[in-house]
Amino acid sequence: MTETTKPKFTCRDVRVHYGDFEALHGIDIDIPDHGVTAFIGPSGCGKSTFLRTFNRMNDTIDGCRVSGQILMDGEDIYDKNLDPVLLRAQVGMVFQKPNPFPKSIYDNVAYGPRIHGLTSSKAELDVLVEKSLRRAGLWDEVKDRLKLSGTGLSGGQQQRLVIARAIAVNPEVILMDEPASALDPIATAKLEALIEELKERYCIIIVTHSMAQAARVSDKTAFFYMGDLIEFDNTDKIFTNPGNDRTQDYITGRTG
Amino acid sequence: MTEKAFTSEAALKRLKKRRGKEWRFRLWGRAAIGFALAALAWLLISIVGTGYTAFQQNFMTLEFELSESVLAPDGTRDPEKLRGANYRRIVQTTMYELFPEVTDRKAKQELFGLTSASGATNKLRQMVYKNPDLIGKTVSVTVPASDQIDQLLKGYIKRDTDESRRKVSDQQIAWADTLKERGIIKKKFNRILFMNPDSRDPELAGIASAVIGSVMILVVAFVLAFPIGVGAAIYLDEFAPKNKFTDFIEININNLAAVPSIVFGLLGLAVFLNFMGMPRSIPLVGGMVLALRVFPTITIATRSALQGVSPSIVDGALSLGASHTQAVFQQKLPLAAPGILTGSIIGMAQALGETAPLLMIGMVAFVTEVPNSITEPATALPVQIFLWSDSAERAWAERTSAAIIVLLVVLITMNGFAIWLRNRLEQRR
Repeated sequence: MTETTKPKFTCRDVRVHYGDFEALHGIDIDIPDHGVTAFIGPSGCGKSTFLRTFNRMNDTIDGCRVSGQILMDGEDIYDKNLDPVLLRAQVGMVFQKPNPFPKSIYDNVAYGPRIHGLTSSKAELDVLVEKSLRRAGLWDEVKDRLKLSGTGLSGGQQQRLVIARAIAVNPEVILMDEPASALDPIATAKLEALIEELKERYCIIIVTHSMAQAARVSDKTAFFYMGDLIEFDNTDKIFTNPGNDRTQDYITGRTG
Repeated sequence: MTEKAFTSEAALKRLKKRRGKEWRFRLWGRAAIGFALAALAWLLISIVGTGYTAFQQNFMTLEFELSESVLAPDGTRDPEKLRGANYRRIVQTTMYELFPEVTDRKAKQELFGLTSASGATNKLRQMVYKNPDLIGKTVSVTVPASDQIDQLLKGYIKRDTDESRRKVSDQQIAWADTLKERGIIKKKFNRILFMNPDSRDPELAGIASAVIGSVMILVVAFVLAFPIGVGAAIYLDEFAPKNKFTDFIEININNLAAVPSIVFGLLGLAVFLNFMGMPRSIPLVGGMVLALRVFPTITIATRSALQGVSPSIVDGALSLGASHTQAVFQQKLPLAAPGILTGSIIGMAQALGETAPLLMIGMVAFVTEVPNSITEPATALPVQIFLWSDSAERAWAERTSAAIIVLLVVLITMNGFAIWLRNRLEQRR
């Protein structure tokens, strides 16, 4: 870990409860800025739950409580005075299942800028929509049908549309919750290439079930097991020389 | 071994039993659907069969001499004074002239009975009121035949029943046939049914005031129930804290939808009329009562429409930094709109058919004027049907069925519109 760069997120003793059930048992982790951090682990290990603490999406679940401290650039994102709406504008999210709005491709991308008033004219908005779609690598495929519904695109295109939608708000962080799990290998390859490009600009945290994917796209990998963070290190270290037996068992397919 | 398991005698027996079960279930399904279709067909045939003739009616085209000596012996042309003139005498004179050979007083009365007495006199009175210069001239006017003659010519009054047990005398039958031959009596499209308000004479009675009343009631009910119902549903589903109290409210709204409608009528009577002192039989009160009746239906439809929207859409909006309210109103509500609108239209169709609560708030009144505003007495289409169905004369039965046909057509149109709207809105996605 390069100690010189300041971490994007600093987490200390993060616990998440669903009612009486404790899903995460005190996580301490520093997530670096720029680059891709992957969360891996077997189903139900709490990696998605942890991901959703970074943009406070857990707030929308009834009975879900988050305790501990998460600092983003040194600021507590669970501060009582902080509006989660502003946090989410800075921390975009891509979900497991592509969820474009059943509106035109243009309106999908323009939705975020519109609600935040990021542009002052139609022309500016047009530019922003094009820029976002280009960054998401979708522009060439959809530039002639911006008025058509976003739900008419293929799964891989939909997922890139959702990324364009998130990028349009100009976030600093993009959270991805198993973004390729509903995609075929070709669409997955395109998505991974896109992640590779985006990491220059954004801090990306990705939850994935595919260890190969984690190995391909991420710089750092965190292994979760039963609500605990078992190991967090550079990706090549985790996959070649893990420091923990459980990590070893999981990446070699003995558990999971 | 496996082969044996599927081809042994026991296996074949099991298979046969399974197929038999399936076959019996299909038979039941078809029988049920057949029964439902037969019931529907029976209803439609019986109602349309008695009602369709009411869309045509027998009219008499007659020459009326508006002689000054009868109408304005003092030479006045003041429309207000002319209103009280003796138009009945004019109609009588015209009728007697059709068969000059009739002299007997009783026979003359019967002859006069061929035409709709009040229909003809009212029509002449209105014409003269509008244009007093008509006095002294002869006008050709089409007036309805009396309901008895209309029913006779439509074949509802049987000619072969004994004269003493028939409302139309042999003499009248002969006259009516002659007039029909001479082209004076003709069957025409029945505008009266649609343009007139209620009347004591079946040949003059129409559904205009009932239709206008129903429209006003529905508008009031919709304006009140739609925002309340949809608002309550959105709040309960999206914003209300989930606790015992909201559960309790939820259960009560569901129960409200199942409360018999007459109870809402009693509530309206107690609250709007007795406590708040609002007038009886006005569409405003009717609409308020039906709004109470319909809003739980709208709330339930809205909630199920909202619950049908994939939560991932709201998640998507929230993750972009939309507030909860923005996510609900900008993303979720448009997707739920088809379901909400369909539910509301079906709720409105329900309201259109409601009779009992309207009876309780006095909308059962005999209204002979088409209402101009929601605070004037009116009646509603189902109530009008109820009133007519209670009347004894044969002509009312025909008109009752005709009014039912109109009501059914409106209901089918509303439901059809709901289906069309839903398909259209869902296609746009």
